[in-house]
Amino acid sequence: MAELNIRERQAGDVTVLDMDGRITIGEGSVALRSAVRRLLEEGKKNILLNLAGVGYIDSSGIGELVSSYTAINKEGGQLKLLSLTEKLRDLLTITKLLTVFDAYETEADALSNFK
Amino acid sequence: MTEQTTRLVLPSHIEAVADAAAAVTDFVHSCGVGEQAAFGVHMAVREAVTNAIVHGNQEDEAKAVEVTFNCLEHALEIEVKDQGKGFDPTDVPDPTDPGNVLKTSGRGIFLMRSFMDEVQWLMRPEGGTTVRMVKQF
Repeated sequence: MAELNIRERQAGDVTVLDMDGRITIGEGSVALRSAVRRLLEEGKKNILLNLAGVGYIDSSGIGELVSSYTAINKEGGQLKLLSLTEKLRDLLTITKLLTVFDAYETEADALSNFK
Repeated sequence: MTEQTTRLVLPSHIEAVADAAAAVTDFVHSCGVGEQAAFGVHMAVREAVTNAIVHGNQEDEAKAVEVTFNCLEHALEIEVKDQGKGFDPTDVPDPTDPGNVLKTSGRGIFLMRSFMDEVQWLMRPEGGTTVRMVKQF
């Protein structure tokens, strides 16, 4: 079984990536990077990462979230996060990244905040 | 709780991080560590082993990473040894400084320090670095 499974769906002009597994050094981080880079190549610049199924993330995974955020911003798009687990929220809080990322509890709320 | 020790010798490739993580899961359970502390220990060991493989041994498969878990009465003591050229943790900038928050790397040591009660780096006279970490529970 893959370390990180990513399912893609479209909600208006926002692409939602439903993620299930771990974003850790190696396979998980590479899967996230590949998915985001592919969407940007396809011109899909508004991306919502649904992290409800992500039970674990390490510093490499956090770095990949930052890299995705920077790459999407550079293309004039937006990255938002949905359904952070308590542990992931704690990690983003102590690394001060919760001040950078827009994170939402509900998909409707997240989608309505894309410009 | 009877004191117990587990020792792992891992090859220097990234896939070995998952082996270390699996061993941590087993060990913290048998040591009686609570879920909250176990998460932190798991995170810290992953980061320490990743650093040992990537930065210490530079993924040289001729070099090994040794991980030792000691379960003490109210603490878990972990050592991660590499065979690299040495490392000065004071050279690593604070990833939470405003100028560093958007960097894509450099958070591993910060997370180790955040989740463990003690983290020390020791340069061994014969070469290599030992990271010693302690978590009270």
